[in-house]
Amino acid sequence: MSQAATTTWEEFMEGVWRQNPVFVMVLGLCPTLAVTVSAVNALSMGLATTFVLTCSCLLVSLLRKLIPKEVRIATYIVIIATFVTVVDYLIQAISLALYDALGAFIQLIVVNCIILGRAEAHASKHPPLTAVVNALGMGVGFSIGLFALGSVREILGAGKLFGFSLFGEHFQPWVVMVLPPGGFFVLGLWLLLFAAWGRWRQRRQGAAKGVTQHA
Amino acid sequence: MNHATQTLPEMTPPAAMIRTLGLIAAICGTIIVAAYQGTYRAVQENKRIALERAVFKVVPGAQAIAEYWALPNGEIAKVGAGETAPADAIKFYAGYDTAGRLAGIAAEGAAKGYADTVRILFAWDPATRKIAGFSVVAARETPGIGDKVTKDRDFLANFPLEAEPAADGRALAHEIRTVKHGSKAHAWEIDAIAGATITSRAVGRAINDTAQKLLPRIAMHLDTLKEKP
Amino acid sequence: MTIEIRSAPHIKAPRSVPTIMRHVVWSLVPVCAFFVYQYGLSALASLLVVTASCLATERLFVRTGTQAGDIGDFSAVITGLLLALSLPPAFPLWMGAVAGFVAIALGKALTGGIGFNVFNPALVGRAFAQAAFPQAIATYSPSFLPGRFTEFVPSSLAWPLMQPADLMPWLKERQLDALAAATPLAKWKFEGVLAGAEELLTSLSGHMAVGPSPLLILLCGSYLAFRRFLDWRIPAAILGSAGLTAWLLFALSPERFPNPFFMLFSGGLILGAVYMATDMATSPVTPKGMWLYGALIGLLTVIIRYYSGLPEGVMYAILLANAATPLIEKVTQPTPFGKSALARLGQAKRGASYPLHPGYISREEAHAVTPKKRFLRNKPKPEERRKPEKSS
Repeated sequence: MSQAATTTWEEFMEGVWRQNPVFVMVLGLCPTLAVTVSAVNALSMGLATTFVLTCSCLLVSLLRKLIPKEVRIATYIVIIATFVTVVDYLIQAISLALYDALGAFIQLIVVNCIILGRAEAHASKHPPLTAVVNALGMGVGFSIGLFALGSVREILGAGKLFGFSLFGEHFQPWVVMVLPPGGFFVLGLWLLLFAAWGRWRQRRQGAAKGVTQHA
Repeated sequence: MNHATQTLPEMTPPAAMIRTLGLIAAICGTIIVAAYQGTYRAVQENKRIALERAVFKVVPGAQAIAEYWALPNGEIAKVGAGETAPADAIKFYAGYDTAGRLAGIAAEGAAKGYADTVRILFAWDPATRKIAGFSVVAARETPGIGDKVTKDRDFLANFPLEAEPAADGRALAHEIRTVKHGSKAHAWEIDAIAGATITSRAVGRAINDTAQKLLPRIAMHLDTLKEKP
Repeated sequence: MTIEIRSAPHIKAPRSVPTIMRHVVWSLVPVCAFFVYQYGLSALASLLVVTASCLATERLFVRTGTQAGDIGDFSAVITGLLLALSLPPAFPLWMGAVAGFVAIALGKALTGGIGFNVFNPALVGRAFAQAAFPQAIATYSPSFLPGRFTEFVPSSLAWPLMQPADLMPWLKERQLDALAAATPLAKWKFEGVLAGAEELLTSLSGHMAVGPSPLLILLCGSYLAFRRFLDWRIPAAILGSAGLTAWLLFALSPERFPNPFFMLFSGGLILGAVYMATDMATSPVTPKGMWLYGALIGLLTVIIRYYSGLPEGVMYAILLANAATPLIEKVTQPTPFGKSALARLGQAKRGASYPLHPGYISREEAHAVTPKKRFLRNKPKPEERRKPEKSS
């Protein structure tokens, strides 16, 4: 594999895993907590954000030499708002039910700090290909995070996944999971899980290092 | 002025800034207009289907709909495309069956529920002068309790519900009221669900508030509405 | 003979956390026994399962080291018993186990274990159950049913994750109407039926769906108060303020509001006042603060019961007052000896009325740091935080 391919792959994986927007950076929590009532909603929100993120980063990266630094934030916001409007129309055209379910949170993608953060910190300094790959990785990471929350909440809150019943009709839904506090509970559980896993891995690495030093 | 530019050597000239911002605005504008044009027909089609589906659900036998305004002076007017609502007008939908005859009238009502406003769409049958049924448009009631209003068999047995416009044409002959579970005494009363009284009351009030104003106006124009326009 | 030389204080009380907790558990035994006598096998199973779930969770978190304290200190037993007493007796057992887990994990382990909890763990568990299973928690079963010691109420034995069976056909089989499965508070709120005083007090008559006996709780509570295991001020303030507010409203419009007696002896007010609000870690330590805290709970309970969509408000009232506890403690610091009580009122005359070494009078004036409740363990101190992080 060539050098370029590995960097691109790492660029992509940065957002998916090492700098995951939901679980590592804990950014953009407003849609994360609000729309993850079901797996479908969570995935659509993730995809919509990915679309906006990728398109804005591409445009910002293409125009990066042209944008005067004094007005760069205004420019980024205009670009992001453009693609949010496009997504808004697209979702309305695809399904009104989905549009109603996501509600105001589609328009609120414009203030999602992940997108502005990526445009400012990455896309404005890198060539289009790298910027797009990085943005895609971030978007995929965000979608994974939302899906992790949405699936748990849908399973406990409705006994379903993607609308398919998992436990039969006598399942007792945990109403709290569909309500906003459920979002906090599930996010907290995931963060706990990742923290515990990280600590366990660190300890194991430390132990492995100790062994090699002794040998 | 001159002095200031010397101390800030990296300042971009205003003309360049305006040029760039103008260019970006032009690009963004083009993208938005293209997206709007591209999705317009699909969005309108979706909205129409959603509205029809909602009305067909509450008006049994309806196959086509027409939208009307009920004006405060007692007249009714057909809704034109993209028209804004006249003052104090209430929108309603006339549902027509396959033969083009009036199958029922549907209208929206709203009232404060347990968590938020409960918006419902209810149907009035002009032949029997009764409210045939309702469906929930938007509500944030507690799942498992408040949302029972659309599932609870005893509650749905309240419909058809008497809604006879009064002889003077200003209100209903009897106010539609939600009463405590098990104490329904008249045909125009709604028997609440035990344990979901607040949502039951919201449904009753939503129907009553709209029906009081709307149904007397419609009752006078049933001849105009009878056939599909 | 050994002579121990040490500085004051010389009073030694053989009173440790496990001792206090053990006494509370003992005092709960009669309440639980009567609860089981009222509701039979289902109540017994509920008490056992919820307590076992609390103990198992406690053990898990003490073992993994995320929670301070000792499994043997009986505090988890109290949490479990109180949680089970506050839930309907025929609450599905698996939901009880979930509530017990949440009570300890969210209410206690998260903030660092015994003594560090901000909210009463039993109420955290109950609040979760209320939010997650609103229907099951609103379904009470009638007391003193024949055959209650030989068979379970069907809803108890629901399969895990599955809905409990509907109680209505089961009740009809026993010639009871649907109202028998509603608590007096729910009956008053939704049906306008007011229960009589004697029914509430003894909870012996008929097949009422009342909770644990209020008289017995008061009796056991007074034993604890007498032995100084709980402070009598808190229950007195709660009952006093709830009674007073209810009486005022009753005097204003007797046809709209029930009598204050009904207010005091229905629902979980007595249980909450005696056993839950008095939790040492979550209630103020200052005497004035206790009065304020109790008055707040009483007032909130009446407001929630009368003006909200919920029939019962004790749980949320206590949780809200728990949250206000640090603030209450701060505003009700006692005036130190030698300092005028008036001096606290005006900003102009601040400080001692006669000169003394400030550090001698009060820790506030010496700018000493008052020990705070720990919300997070290993929280970095402010000066440490300011240092730039070392890159690893």
